[in-house]
Amino acid sequence: MPRVSRWYLRTAWLHFVLASTWGALMLTYKAWPGLGAWVWRLRGWHLEAMLVGWVAQTILGVLFWWLPKLPGGVSRGPTGPVWLAYGLLNAGVALVVLASWGVVGDGLRAGRALEILAGLAFALNAWPRIRPLVRARPRSTASEPSS
Amino acid sequence: MPRLARLYVKTAFIYLLLALAVDALALMRVPGPLPWAALRPTYWHLFLVGWVTQMIFGAAYWMFPIVGYGPTKRGDERPVWVAWFLLNAGLVLRTVAEPWQARAAGPWPAGLLVAGAWLQWLAGLAFTWHIWPRIRGWYRRGRA
Repeated sequence: MPRVSRWYLRTAWLHFVLASTWGALMLTYKAWPGLGAWVWRLRGWHLEAMLVGWVAQTILGVLFWWLPKLPGGVSRGPTGPVWLAYGLLNAGVALVVLASWGVVGDGLRAGRALEILAGLAFALNAWPRIRPLVRARPRSTASEPSS
Repeated sequence: MPRLARLYVKTAFIYLLLALAVDALALMRVPGPLPWAALRPTYWHLFLVGWVTQMIFGAAYWMFPIVGYGPTKRGDERPVWVAWFLLNAGLVLRTVAEPWQARAAGPWPAGLLVAGAWLQWLAGLAFTWHIWPRIRGWYRRGRA
């Protein structure tokens, strides 16, 4: 597994553990409202971390690893855009979470913009790799009909 | 494909069908004991936990780099079994208790809801315990 995929997947798993903790607290609150309404403020973090931090980031991490390599079969292409996407995606999640608490005024739109840019940066690497696997062509033999 | 991965993936497909069925019934506004809006969280969690997360777990258990020990070289599989039981027990409890609590709050649905919540949480921890050492470069004999 390449290094950049390890970063994506470990970060995704951290998002998952945090988001599921907040989810469990929110569900506990539904049963015992005495827990305090503060728990409901975790909803924005729960949603964003689950959908973008966990699911989307896991998919991207695995895609970089599993998509076919570039022609020649050696390289997965430049990793610069993939690292950039990693930074933008997680900064986007953080901004959206802060915006859900009202800490950052226009954080929701800014966070979403960063997440869109992350998707575009990742596509710079992934798009040319979405292609059939190319194998070495077998040598033709004398018994094969010539065309 | 190892047995445990098949179990995760097949269970995930069942949840996909269940989630879509719940949503289809809601869209058709089939009369029932609950307002369908009360089932929105149930639908989302059947979809995201039962289908997406369980599919990720199954694929990760199957395809992530091996660590070189255990019967399948994938390390200790017990937490993966535990995670499957806890995740599905928790999700079933939640699916039953959340609409029940919305309809008629009481100690029983409340208790089941809390149990469901924390069983799912424990499942996540158990699977993470297994998978964390496998998020790594490829295993090479003698270089574990």
